[in-house]
Amino acid sequence: MLVWSRPGRIVLWLLFALIFGVLFLAPLAVILLSSLADQWNGVLPNGLTTEHYTDVVQGQAWNAVKASLVTGFLASALALVSGTWAALALRVQGATLSTVLGLLFFIPSAVPSVSVGLGLLVAFSHPPLLLNGTIAIVMIAHFVLISAFTFGNVSAGLARLSPDFEQVASSLGARPAYRLWHVTLPLLAPYLVAAFGLSFALSMGELGATVMVYPPGWVTLPVSIFSLTDRGDIFAGAALTMILVAATLVLLLGLERVTKRATGA
Amino acid sequence: MSAVAFTGTSVMDIDAAKIRGAGSNVHFDKVSVAYGSHVVLHPLTLDIAPGEILAMIGPSGSGKTTALRAVAGFVRPASGRIRIGATDVTDLPPYERGLGMVVQNYALFPHMRVEDNVAFGLRAQGADKALIGERVKDALATVGMATFARRYPRELSGGQQQRVAIARALAVRPRVLLLDEPLSALDAQIRRNMVEEIARLHRSLPGLTILYVTHDQTEALTLADKIAIMRDGRVCSHGPTTELYRRPPNRFTAEFLGRANLLPVTVAEAVGSKGFATARHGDVVLTGAGRDEEAGDKSLLCIRPQHLSLTAGGEHTNRIVGTLREVHWQGELTHLVLDVDGTPVRVSATKLPVELPEPGAKVPLFFAPADTSLLPEDAGV
Repeated sequence: MLVWSRPGRIVLWLLFALIFGVLFLAPLAVILLSSLADQWNGVLPNGLTTEHYTDVVQGQAWNAVKASLVTGFLASALALVSGTWAALALRVQGATLSTVLGLLFFIPSAVPSVSVGLGLLVAFSHPPLLLNGTIAIVMIAHFVLISAFTFGNVSAGLARLSPDFEQVASSLGARPAYRLWHVTLPLLAPYLVAAFGLSFALSMGELGATVMVYPPGWVTLPVSIFSLTDRGDIFAGAALTMILVAATLVLLLGLERVTKRATGA
Repeated sequence: MSAVAFTGTSVMDIDAAKIRGAGSNVHFDKVSVAYGSHVVLHPLTLDIAPGEILAMIGPSGSGKTTALRAVAGFVRPASGRIRIGATDVTDLPPYERGLGMVVQNYALFPHMRVEDNVAFGLRAQGADKALIGERVKDALATVGMATFARRYPRELSGGQQQRVAIARALAVRPRVLLLDEPLSALDAQIRRNMVEEIARLHRSLPGLTILYVTHDQTEALTLADKIAIMRDGRVCSHGPTTELYRRPPNRFTAEFLGRANLLPVTVAEAVGSKGFATARHGDVVLTGAGRDEEAGDKSLLCIRPQHLSLTAGGEHTNRIVGTLREVHWQGELTHLVLDVDGTPVRVSATKLPVELPEPGAKVPLFFAPADTSLLPEDAGV
């Protein structure tokens, strides 16, 4: 404990509550209230209604939820496989090569997502790589943007994994594939699940690149929210945002339970 | 820590013969290991006989773990060959070497139950299900952990985890068991018990060759048939445990393997037919066990602290006088530190005179020639 005095702890708690309340809770609370607002002309809504939820559910909301979930799952799964593969492969390379290739993985996350979308649009708009207007280009955009995070998470997990586990497994006669499947990956499970969860959450909220490349019929939740608010339908956009938050939360909580069960934590 | 002990079961005993037959000697033939231009193991030539426990001891960075890892296949020798039995394993991957390995932090797979940990190697090698069941049962019985089969490693104490790690290594019937500081993570009391239990285990598996790496001289002295003392990537002495302890060939060995008092002496009379030489320490003439010392050689007379007595009698014909500096009572033993002509001399005594001298007093010390060893003064390595 860094602060021992009771008044000091109270001040710190108040400071935490202020920062957390203003920066994290207030925007979410405003969106929640907006999604339930009948009219909002003063400090608080004039009345509450569930009409916006009914409207978005009856409209394109479920298609958007489905598009986001499918995109999130597939892109995250792909990023998990490639990120894990890259982390495992770079671990046995020399320090320089490992650092350089590791940095390359992180480049897309340092570039504005709109630029990534634009780049993909230009790159995949001509034969033989003609993917413009397909769902695949949305998947690729999400994959490119989130793979750095899976790579980073799995690399961190591998760095914490004692080499003794794999070496003992080898000495007992386990060939590399057996060792990977029965020792390395299970020991990495918490990091793999965390990587998937983070990738999925990022994918669910991705807008910049998606808005550049999405085809008709594959409108994700963030794109739908952007369209609604751009048209001035703030309340419907807020309702859709709450659906996005709920869907993401349910999935992340589910993943956490799976991790706890797998690791016995 | 549970009170269970290694029991040694029948199947293990039967297999000892098989292990012997498979050829379980280890031969290092000029094996060196380097990381870039940094040589961590200079050309090492060493044999471990079938069924022998060789302890490699030495300070950190002396190359002992590197030598073990070279046998295991985790570091590639820069030069030389390693043979296990008749097989040259230098170019074989670790999983084809037929070894068992136990490491300091146990490395039990946390997501597997005890029985699955023990079965791991057999499953990895595609063994028959019935055989796996039988071997797991036997290995766990051998280390006294049969009742813990369904537990997870996190539900076991450190000592119990170490037993499981040993069972896991034994279950694959290794040609050679590699133990890399296996008891370092345990506290002193459990470590003492485990040393005795490993000794008992080896008695029940006499054909099992063990390479035991440790920095703890007590573990090495208790367990090993032979000891190799490593320093700066080289073996500075190698031989039967008792021989190395009683007749250390050099100063480093004398001081690393137990405590040693090293009195500078000049050989007065060369080694005679009974193996003793006469040497002078100042004006005092002493008799010590020698090798091939000649008159006039500068030597060190090695005397272990427990071989010095405050009372004369019996074979204690050598006598030196020191000034008492410190007295440390430690229950079973009392340690005295004396100054003998500028050389600190330690005495470990179980019995002391009724009236212990005060610090500053002149105290005579007696010791037997047979309990000494002359070693060359300049043989630092």
